[in-house]
Amino acid sequence: MSDFQFATELFGQGVANGLMYSLVALGFVLIYKATDAINFAQGEFVMIAGIVVSALLSPAYGFPIWLALFIGLAFMVIFNIALERVVLRPLIGRPIVSIIMATIGLAFILRGLGPMVFGAAPRAIKLPIPDFPIIFGPFFFNPIQLVGAGVSIVFLLGFGWFFMKTRKGVAMRAVADSHQVSSAMGINVEQYFALAWVMAGVVAMLGGVLWGSMSGVDTQLALVGLKVFPVVILGGLDSIIGVVVGGIIVGVVEALASGFIDPYVGGGTKDFAPYVLMILMLMIRPYGLFGRKLIERI
Amino acid sequence: MLHRESGFYKTDYKSDMGLYRLPISRFAAFGMLVLFFAVAPLVLSEYHLTLLSLVAIAVVGALGLNILLGYTGQLSIGHAAFMSVGAYTAANLANNFDLPFLITLPAGGLMAAAVGVMVGVPSLRIKGVYLAIATLAAQFIIEWIINHSPSISGGVQASIEVDRPTLLGVKLDQPAELYYFLLIVAVIAIIATQNLIRSRIGRAFIAIRDQDIAAEIIGISVFKYKLYAFAISSFYAGVTGVLYTYYLGIASYEQFQLGVSIDYLAMIIIGGLGSVLGSVLGAFFVTLLPIGIRLAMEEIGTRFVEHDVLAQVISQLRQILFGVLIIVFLIVEPDGLNRLWINIRNYFRVWPFSY
Repeated sequence: MSDFQFATELFGQGVANGLMYSLVALGFVLIYKATDAINFAQGEFVMIAGIVVSALLSPAYGFPIWLALFIGLAFMVIFNIALERVVLRPLIGRPIVSIIMATIGLAFILRGLGPMVFGAAPRAIKLPIPDFPIIFGPFFFNPIQLVGAGVSIVFLLGFGWFFMKTRKGVAMRAVADSHQVSSAMGINVEQYFALAWVMAGVVAMLGGVLWGSMSGVDTQLALVGLKVFPVVILGGLDSIIGVVVGGIIVGVVEALASGFIDPYVGGGTKDFAPYVLMILMLMIRPYGLFGRKLIERI
Repeated sequence: MLHRESGFYKTDYKSDMGLYRLPISRFAAFGMLVLFFAVAPLVLSEYHLTLLSLVAIAVVGALGLNILLGYTGQLSIGHAAFMSVGAYTAANLANNFDLPFLITLPAGGLMAAAVGVMVGVPSLRIKGVYLAIATLAAQFIIEWIINHSPSISGGVQASIEVDRPTLLGVKLDQPAELYYFLLIVAVIAIIATQNLIRSRIGRAFIAIRDQDIAAEIIGISVFKYKLYAFAISSFYAGVTGVLYTYYLGIASYEQFQLGVSIDYLAMIIIGGLGSVLGSVLGAFFVTLLPIGIRLAMEEIGTRFVEHDVLAQVISQLRQILFGVLIIVFLIVEPDGLNRLWINIRNYFRVWPFSY
């Protein structure tokens, strides 16, 4: 196989994985957009959703897949509403480090709680998807990747539509712009904060099921959260288009780097390359490709 | 009365900015020195002395991070990476060039400071969240570079063994000797930080934290002082790394991963941002917390569940409690243990009256 063929194949893999990264990063962006909170626990949300669904599917409970997904979804929604209420709301208006540390604390709790309640052994999520490879010309996919990419695209488009066209979406953008002004215009800001966390929970649940069915479910699943930062910095912290583009860039860079550089340095480039890219982006254009440039006023 | 503030009149700025503002502080400082230097080694067992040594190491690192985050307001999630820079610098110097401890310790600190300045350069343009994410990236990148360069990390295991430090011809291999040595370093770090904060540089840091644009307008070179903050903070981190390496007898990148950075952040948040006493209290709290939790679990937990079951969940329980504590402190007492101490002091200051 020539280098070029190899590169195209990696490229295809990268795009498919990247779209799934976008889905995880979307949860981060939704929260940041509406509430200005930086969520360092997005990876742990994905993990806990994966753990809950896989536990429900496991022989111990033996739920059918649709019911497990539904319960998982309900769990994430209730969980995130409670979280917003108990942890994040008292911290509104606090310095950014407080919110970051609170979500890091949350990450610790989830990382301990998930394995403690549902067992630490790795599990699988078996979705009713065939597992023979699908070949499109030079590209070569696992069906779950295609499903994941498809779900990601649908949800990214859906959220784009929601923000641009619906009344709630417009209100949410207003909340993101200024909490005080939107409150003065009669928008119930706290309700929209809760809505943002609910949406992030839904997205985390999808991410957990998709990543979980691809790579198995255990605490390692939370590491997918570390990919969120390069994605959102590249795309811009508050941009949904940015999440798509950033996700694809990160996916492709990571695939190409691990394909071509790994043999020379002995592994690990997959996690390293996106961060180098991110640092470069921070130096050149800190607010990302599509992010809003912050103008500071006294 | 000794503990009252009344009756001590300061007639010049010098005495108002002194290290000991009241006679009682001098007294208290002396008392603490006696407690830790004379009483603790006599009373405590070797095991407890090693715990105190760990606390002393953590104090240095927490002070460094507090200078950066608590005093200058620059958020860093890469503190452990600077520690690893110091640790590997010292380990390589000690093994390859056979340098004594008194040289490798500052060398590790200086190397970490140099790397810290490089990481700090973007802080001119980015702040807040972006800086946090940039330092997170620095953590991963430094970790990766060390792990993937055999010339730094000493081969496959990415760990270098070092000999116990020798000071003035005495090899420090007893827990008590190590304890004394680490305690001296920690005390130097505490005094140095106290003095730094009172100086022009420290005041510039605080001005930048409170309002960076205003600080620039009154003539503080924000970029220069931000770099100073990164350099000083990383120097402390580097020294912490060196101490940790000598303490354990091995430099390994696994001791300086992201989780350690977060531990140090937790220390200064639980202890109190922008406070030397807070850094010390936080270092005590976070270092001793896992041990406390384990003891408590073994004491109470075995009454309810089997010992084997407990052993499995103990590390997860530790994580959960740690997370809960961070969140509780952030919500209930955002100024940390330092604020609790001030509240207690204020209560007794006017005792028995309510105000």
